[in-house]
Amino acid sequence: MQLEVDILAKAFKNAAGESQDVLAGVKFSLRAGEVGVLFGPSGCGKSTVLKIVAGLDHDFQGKVLRPSNARIGMVFQEPRLLPWRTVEENVKLAAPLADEARLSALFDILELKAHLSHFPNELSLGLARRVALARAFAIEPDFLILDEPLASLDDALAARLREQIAILVGDRSVMTLLVTHDLDDAIRLGDRLFLLSARPAQVLDVVPICAPRSKRSEADMAAIKTKIARHTNNSAKRDA
Amino acid sequence: MRLLSLAVFLATWWIAALLVDSGKLPAPPAVLAALTVEAKSGALFLNLGATLARVVLAFVLAMTLGVAIGYWMGRVRVVNRIGDPWLILLLNLPALVVIVLAYMWAGLTEAAAIAAIAINKLPTAVVTLREGTRALDPALDEMANVFAFPRAKAFQHVVLPQLAPYIAAAARSGLALIWKIVLVAELLGRPNGVGFEIGVAFQLFDIPLLLAYSLSFAAVVLIIETALVQPFEATISRWRPRAA
Repeated sequence: MQLEVDILAKAFKNAAGESQDVLAGVKFSLRAGEVGVLFGPSGCGKSTVLKIVAGLDHDFQGKVLRPSNARIGMVFQEPRLLPWRTVEENVKLAAPLADEARLSALFDILELKAHLSHFPNELSLGLARRVALARAFAIEPDFLILDEPLASLDDALAARLREQIAILVGDRSVMTLLVTHDLDDAIRLGDRLFLLSARPAQVLDVVPICAPRSKRSEADMAAIKTKIARHTNNSAKRDA
Repeated sequence: MRLLSLAVFLATWWIAALLVDSGKLPAPPAVLAALTVEAKSGALFLNLGATLARVVLAFVLAMTLGVAIGYWMGRVRVVNRIGDPWLILLLNLPALVVIVLAYMWAGLTEAAAIAAIAINKLPTAVVTLREGTRALDPALDEMANVFAFPRAKAFQHVVLPQLAPYIAAAARSGLALIWKIVLVAELLGRPNGVGFEIGVAFQLFDIPLLLAYSLSFAAVVLIIETALVQPFEATISRWRPRAA
């Protein structure tokens, strides 16, 4: 199970008909059981990479080798739940084959038990995010795609949800691709960081994080942070 | 509230009947008498039944075709390009023209009547559903795509609930249109039905009979609207926090 991404270029046409380059050389690979993190400034094209990798956008130059018939679980930036189905139905519709015991355990971890019969409009954003996570994990994905799953949540909630994601990712050997602009999230969850430049995005560097997720000390994280800061400074200087 | 508003209507009618010539506007008891005669002979139910059957058939036909064509035109640009001039033509074709042409081409048959009624309703259903399809949320389509929803499942759980308000709107306005047209179609070329009876009453200048049929027809419409259409709308929009 392996993912090979080699996007040479991707451009969007804006409303005025002008072509704008979004991606210019995004190349990386990911193995099973590994959490890859796309880390870069806001608006650099991270979500566009995810869309291409998920097979939702075929209009680009280059190629993406995805394991054939891999089950993909995706958490979009917005929860994207079906507003006319309850929380439970939303999860079960995506994962019709999931058995009850496993689902129940999943709802426990994400603390959704009390909300199963609610409609998405009755949920706070934090809860809706957790439902989206439950949906993605319920299908027992081979390939998990997380697009800023913790954005715009308050710190305490984000920290808890991050722990929950770490538990779920650590549980099984799923290949995970996470997009974030939050360095803390990137370092706490990732095994390898792919540093992206500003638009048009290209991979500046790959930073491996060797310590296991649960044993990352503050010192380790600080070291990685300085390393990354150096990179981003360098690229800023190059641009200037 | 509904009962009160009906009572006010009845009272207004009665007072008006007392004020004007009773030959032009009979009082409620006269109409009730005509109604009883028709009901006793069974003609009332036969005619109402015939009209209702035509309404149901034309409605189902027009809605099925309208939803299918509208969805198709909303999804596929080429189909929309080809279909649009037809749609504009049909939208602006007077109901009378369609009915008369249908009778002339297909004879004074049941099929011609139902087809003519359905054709009158079809274009509005298509237009409404096309708008609904254009308003579908691409984000949810992507979600269904990533999670590999089979086509039928995606249609049932992702597309259909989004179209439901549009289908309800098309059904609502379509039903109102059909109620109006079905009587004209019956008047012009059917040997039974409420429209035919109203034609008879017109020729005999029998105003109580005319009112008896009109009012029982209106009652049927009211019952169907409140007992079927409104609960249906309430069910499909129950997920909305505050349904308007």
